Amino acid sequence: MPDRIDLNVGEWRRVSPKYVLVVIASTVITGLVLAAASLFLWLVGGWPFGWVALVVVVVISVIALIIAPRRARSIGYRLRDDDLLFRRGIMFQRFVSVPYGRMQLIDINRGPVSRMLGLADLKFVTAAASTGVMVPGLPEPEAAELRDRLVELAESRRAGL
Amino acid sequence: MSAPDGGAPAGPPVGRPLTRAERAAELYTDGEWHRLHPATPLLRGGIVFIALFGFVLSNLRERLIGFFVGAPEYGGDPLDAIYNHGWEGWALLGVAVVLLLCFGAFYLSWRMHSFRITGDAVEVRSGILFRTQRKARLDRIQGINVVRPVLARIVGAAKLDVSVAGHDANVQLAYLGSSLADGLRADVLRLASGVRAAEAAEAEAAASGGAAAVAVSESDSGAPAGAPTAGGAPSRAAAVGDLVGRRVNEFLAPELDPNAAPPESVVKIPPLRLLGSLLLSGFTVFVLVVIAFLIWGASSGELWLLIVVLPGLIGSASFYINRFTKSLRYSIAGTPDGVRVGFGLLSTSNETLPPGRIHAVEVLQPLLWRPFGWWQIRIDTAGHSREKGAAGQPNTTMLPVGDAADVFRVLSLVLPGFATDEHRELIESGMTSAGRDAFVGSPRRAVWIRPFSWQRTGYRVVDDAILLRRGFVWRSLAIVPLARLQSLELQQGPLDAALGLAEVRFHTVSGPVHPRLAAIDAPNGVRLFEEVSTRAVAAAAADRSHRWGQATNHTEKEH
Repeated sequence: MPDRIDLNVGEWRRVSPKYVLVVIASTVITGLVLAAASLFLWLVGGWPFGWVALVVVVVISVIALIIAPRRARSIGYRLRDDDLLFRRGIMFQRFVSVPYGRMQLIDINRGPVSRMLGLADLKFVTAAASTGVMVPGLPEPEAAELRDRLVELAESRRAGL
Repeated sequence: MSAPDGGAPAGPPVGRPLTRAERAAELYTDGEWHRLHPATPLLRGGIVFIALFGFVLSNLRERLIGFFVGAPEYGGDPLDAIYNHGWEGWALLGVAVVLLLCFGAFYLSWRMHSFRITGDAVEVRSGILFRTQRKARLDRIQGINVVRPVLARIVGAAKLDVSVAGHDANVQLAYLGSSLADGLRADVLRLASGVRAAEAAEAEAAASGGAAAVAVSESDSGAPAGAPTAGGAPSRAAAVGDLVGRRVNEFLAPELDPNAAPPESVVKIPPLRLLGSLLLSGFTVFVLVVIAFLIWGASSGELWLLIVVLPGLIGSASFYINRFTKSLRYSIAGTPDGVRVGFGLLSTSNETLPPGRIHAVEVLQPLLWRPFGWWQIRIDTAGHSREKGAAGQPNTTMLPVGDAADVFRVLSLVLPGFATDEHRELIESGMTSAGRDAFVGSPRRAVWIRPFSWQRTGYRVVDDAILLRRGFVWRSLAIVPLARLQSLELQQGPLDAALGLAEVRFHTVSGPVHPRLAAIDAPNGVRLFEEVSTRAVAAAAADRSHRWGQATNHTEKEH
């Protein structure tokens, strides 16, 4: 890949390696549901292009499974002096900077698979709906610690809207 | 207290001494609970009442005609039954009881509906069985709207709509006396700006002098508050005449009080330009397409098309008329407490946005407007008044249509720290330039993504604001004050990567302006990201606009 953008900020903090399993599990489940649906349409519903849909679903799922580890590794975050930096994506790279003073609230979510693995997702909400920063797959104690630290930082730099 | 100017703020214009309405309003900002205008329940339920009355009247029409003209009778409705059984007395009693109950409920709901304005919040509580209480913190106020529907204007009442950040997070004082609403808004904004707190501190320092001033202001404000009673000395007829005269004057008064703002800051829309902008809109193109379609249909003998589409076409005519009349008397003006946007012919509405409440501004020009040099300005704000803006447009359209001079005036109102003469040239080139100037442009390879506008695409960071220029067919210039920026994003898809380009997005509160710029040079994008992320933090830390009055008192904002 030529000319990928990168920020000179040193080492990114990565999410837990176990997060790959969450990505794999969700890919497999989505793939299975879609495959079942197209199979149903093909065999029971009599839709002649059902097998095409099935092939597409299977191919996409397999590709997603192959790149799952890289996708998980691409997620990173970094606490700078005044803002939180977040990155994710391989094909579609995305870098977001959220000043601490702008955080309105911080959510911790845990899905069923994440919970089994002891992971949690941290979501940051600002007054802008489009911010959409979620750091998935953090080990639970780390997530709680990070949340407390961020709340503290946000408190100390509180600004108006 | 001369009759003609009665309730309208008659005091000196902008300066420090308060207008009479403001002084009257000061009585209400003492932190105690106060009641609303006595006609409130009628005005709120007024539509229902009129509808009910109309319904009864239309049902009785035949009967009334029959009663007076003597048309042949046809029986079988409830009134006949009542009449035939001799139940008139009971029926009348029933009506009287229902009316009494209604008025009782109205009275009760009026008694239970009260508001108070303290040093840090506006609160409203209402409801008989289910009590609700809403509170708006003063330093979070995003705008105050004074709305006067036709009915309320006749009675001399107005709604005060205080919007704070968030969806449906308004505190509404409906209804208040018309002049009181204006005074109260000025007062609440003064409280919110922190000027009052500063004044109080000064007053305390000069203790004796301060006490005298307060006494004077109270003796003055007593009179207008009790104005309707008119002191008893003049005859009753004179008092009624006075009242009617005042109403008529209020009705005929210009939408924007000439004393409220320095005239050079006022922007108005000439009716012809308004009409032109309506006719040259995308909607007109749509209508023309429909008409062409119709003609084709009629010529090929498909007459059913005519029947299907014609009602919609007639409806579009009413759309034009509606938009036109509602946008008449549109004015934007700079008042000491922020930008005031007012409009309306019969039902009027004017909103004041305090400084620093505007999160993003976009100046745009559709292709059809280009020959005339017309522009539109849209803004993003965190709070939205529950009332619609002019012509049912969302009230995020600051300037529906205006020429370049109007654009500068409005920009200097909404971005006072930025849109100064110093930056005039920059804004001008942001609006009209075709590229290759003070803006950081895109490289030639961006032509693959932006075939027409790649030369115009550009950005420029100036002081505490960023300007984003884009669009060849639809010219657009977005300006984001960095002190309001929520977060910042840099992204690159596979196509961008192959061309060495990137896209930046500036996240602001939701609104019609989406400040983003695609197809910029990737290394430039990284640099911009770094620069803006540090500048935004600094700008937010230096920003004092939530107490805008204090900020100007202490130090002039450094640019």
